[in-house]
Amino acid sequence: MELKLHIDGENVTAQIDRPGESLLQTLRDRLGRTGSKNACEQGECGSCTVLLDGDPVCACLVPTAGCEGRDVKTVVGAVPKPVRDAFVACGAVQCGFCTPGLLVSVADLLAREDDPSDPQIREALAGNLCRCTGYEKIIDAVHHAAEASR
Amino acid sequence: MPEPTPLPTPTSNAVGQSAIRADALPKVNGDFDYASDLAAEGMLWGHTLRSPHPKARIRSIDTAAAEAMAGVAAVLTAADVPGKRTYGLIEDDQPVLADTMANYQGEPVAIIAATDLDTARRAADAITVDYEVLEPLCDPAEAVRRGEYFRHQPLQVGDPDTATAAVVVAREYVVGMQDQAPLGPESGLALPRPDGGVDLRVATQWLHSDQEQIAPCLGLKESQVHLEMAGIGGAFGAREDLSVQVHMAMLALATDKPVKMMYDRAESFLGHVHRHPARMRYEHGADAEGRLVYVRAQIVLDGGAYASTTDAVVGNAASLAVGPYEVEHVAVEAWGTRTNNPPCGAMRGFGGVQTCFAYESQMDALAEELGLDPLEIRRRNAMHQGSKLITGQVVQEPGIDVPNENAPFSPLVDLLDRFAAIPAPAIPAGRDIIELPGGTGNTTHGEGVVRGVGYGVGLKNVCYSEGFDDFSTARIRLELVDGEPVAYVHTAAAEVGQGHQTIQAQIVRTELGIDRVELLPVDTKVGSAGSSSASRQSYMTGGAVKAASEAVRELWATHDLADGPIEATREFRHRPTKPMDPVTGQGDSHVQLALCVHRATVDVDIELGLVKVVDLTCVQDVGKILNPIALEGQIHGASAQGLGLAVMEEMIVDAGVVKNASFTDYLIPTILDMPPMRLEIVENADPAAPYGLRGAGEPPTLSSTPAIVAAIRDATGLALTHVPVRPEHLTRHLVRQP
Ligand code: FES
Ligand code: FES
Repeated sequence: MELKLHIDGENVTAQIDRPGESLLQTLRDRLGRTGSKNACEQGECGSCTVLLDGDPVCACLVPTAGCEGRDVKTVVGAVPKPVRDAFVACGAVQCGFCTPGLLVSVADLLAREDDPSDPQIREALAGNLCRCTGYEKIIDAVHHAAEASR
Repeated sequence: MPEPTPLPTPTSNAVGQSAIRADALPKVNGDFDYASDLAAEGMLWGHTLRSPHPKARIRSIDTAAAEAMAGVAAVLTAADVPGKRTYGLIEDDQPVLADTMANYQGEPVAIIAATDLDTARRAADAITVDYEVLEPLCDPAEAVRRGEYFRHQPLQVGDPDTATAAVVVAREYVVGMQDQAPLGPESGLALPRPDGGVDLRVATQWLHSDQEQIAPCLGLKESQVHLEMAGIGGAFGAREDLSVQVHMAMLALATDKPVKMMYDRAESFLGHVHRHPARMRYEHGADAEGRLVYVRAQIVLDGGAYASTTDAVVGNAASLAVGPYEVEHVAVEAWGTRTNNPPCGAMRGFGGVQTCFAYESQMDALAEELGLDPLEIRRRNAMHQGSKLITGQVVQEPGIDVPNENAPFSPLVDLLDRFAAIPAPAIPAGRDIIELPGGTGNTTHGEGVVRGVGYGVGLKNVCYSEGFDDFSTARIRLELVDGEPVAYVHTAAAEVGQGHQTIQAQIVRTELGIDRVELLPVDTKVGSAGSSSASRQSYMTGGAVKAASEAVRELWATHDLADGPIEATREFRHRPTKPMDPVTGQGDSHVQLALCVHRATVDVDIELGLVKVVDLTCVQDVGKILNPIALEGQIHGASAQGLGLAVMEEMIVDAGVVKNASFTDYLIPTILDMPPMRLEIVENADPAAPYGLRGAGEPPTLSSTPAIVAAIRDATGLALTHVPVRPEHLTRHLVRQP
């Protein structure tokens, strides 16, 4: 089946032939948009987080077949520059596999809350696993990004 | 003779500064290519059929139905392995594909290449394997009795039988099987070459070891197998053994097409080695002042079905069995067993983690018996300059400004004393429930919540031990680009996320006094860098880059770059070490020692068995800080993995079968599980190491686990001899109300 999607500001047509195909598979395997990552494909790690019509979702849990005409923002289109800059400057990136998903979640948090507290940050990012950083530098980066965005 | 060019000074990002990592930008922009992101024109997808049985004889494999499926390009079994049938990091015992026997659940039996992954998976389902299911050997103690082990390392100093102690504590400890769980799945791309060779793009910790193992299995010369590093989504030991490498190369050679392989999370849990689970019996005797008199330890590490690095893990466990303490009489026996459980090998901390939990728990038990402060008992036994480890190795840690020459410097006492200035956090008034154990689960408003504080000390060896010829290679070319000197650095060292490439660039800037450093692709066109493991890359490849930079600098002094580029290649070796004596365990076996101390503060809901770690404070000696921000990240991440082992992470293996191969059932710490961390980083330089550095990536993984468990013991008064500590360990003593 053929679907029209709006991805990171572009109109994109996707051909899918598997009914259960996830949005993540469509992005990565069909469209070559590998910015969103695939650490579990079970909805547990958040590395595939994208904004679907503005709401953060695990792209690995969303069937592409239900996305006709919808707006998808990945790490490429969802994340304001100050957020990306803060992750770089604060050392919040190590292997970086969690980073695209985390950045989307942080962008979503900062859109709702311009000066989040530590507990608010922890709550908002609880669905994004990172195996490398122990999260300290990620929390630093969110505060820096919030400050830079105000 | 031309005038020597004066050496300029780099304006930024020298050794010691928080240089920004070059790969951070592509990583935040989503255009960093991880191994799982690779693709090639016309590529096929590979998939692996694995044994569902921990032990079974393979009577026959029928691949006809799979081969007949549309879209299937190749179905290969053990009979199709072009060269040597087995490989291995140390011992050559792991079959590329199981031939007549499957020895663990998840062992590869057949591989398939198809036009897409779904088809390859369906083809795997269509293969019929006739298994004769056999009784697996799953009990490591039984394996020891039957003589089924990869290594038995005894160690004897003095004679514990002759020692008399005022106080004795004897306990058994259990460490569960931990998984590295790097977020990037095992993945890679194999491209057949016109000359019959193959190019592999893989995420691995050690390119040259891969090449050495892969080529003979393919029946090719090493020069016909070229490896290039693909982006690595974390490693932690999981990428030290081969995974997809030989399989995808076989499929690419058989089909003459590019083949990509990528494991999903469930397969990843089955497709790499884990941390050895351990059962350890320890007996510590001390005098009335708390000074250790003797230690006896029996350590059984389960290596699972194949050797992997069990040999070296056993060596670490035995040689570091009592930690950084002086003991006169010691008898240790350590085994690495062969069973039908999942194979175990390298994971951050490598044999040091298991024993650290046991010996630190023992130190606390002694302190409690004697009514001593946990820091004080460690001070009284701390190793110092000139101490002997239990292997007879003499501790060389002279200290920088030793005030009293009669009292030799103790790096451990130095670390322990620093906690006085960083008090444990007080219980805040009016806590929100989200700060309590159970969090938003709203399980308590503070009733039944008890606070505890505990310490843990870890001693880790840095670099490869026991006489291994561990070296690294760096090639540096310096040339003028637009009138400016630019250094091109070529090594085969794996950037697993730790920031090693940034360290390389900082070293070159510092040694050559230039600003522009370009890192060439990491591949096998340059000599080996050794593995990104054992906390060794700053020391070893850092050392090689420093040596090559120095050689270039020397040439540059008498050479004008306008006349052409300068190039130098250097191999760097650390001081030689010795094997451990097979009977006494004696030997100068370790290159360098690194110390780390954690203090954990926990709140425990003693009615529900829920634990919240509220603070982790870490004091670590790193010799020399090369990049503060990267170093802090290593300490945070290592501490988090130690927290995982303390309270959440365990692969549940029942009769050889893994029960929780998913992130739903195998829990790693989330941002809600990690407390804020406070760090004090100490620089007691090691005069033998480049810049005086000590390897830093592993030690915090050792010490955070015992510190957290000690804190839970402090809160609950329970003995807690098993990690991870589970809720039922904390509540099973409670008498149920009728
Ligand atoms: S890949 Fe979607 S949540 Fe893990
Ligand atoms: S940086 Fe590696 S998983 Fe987060």
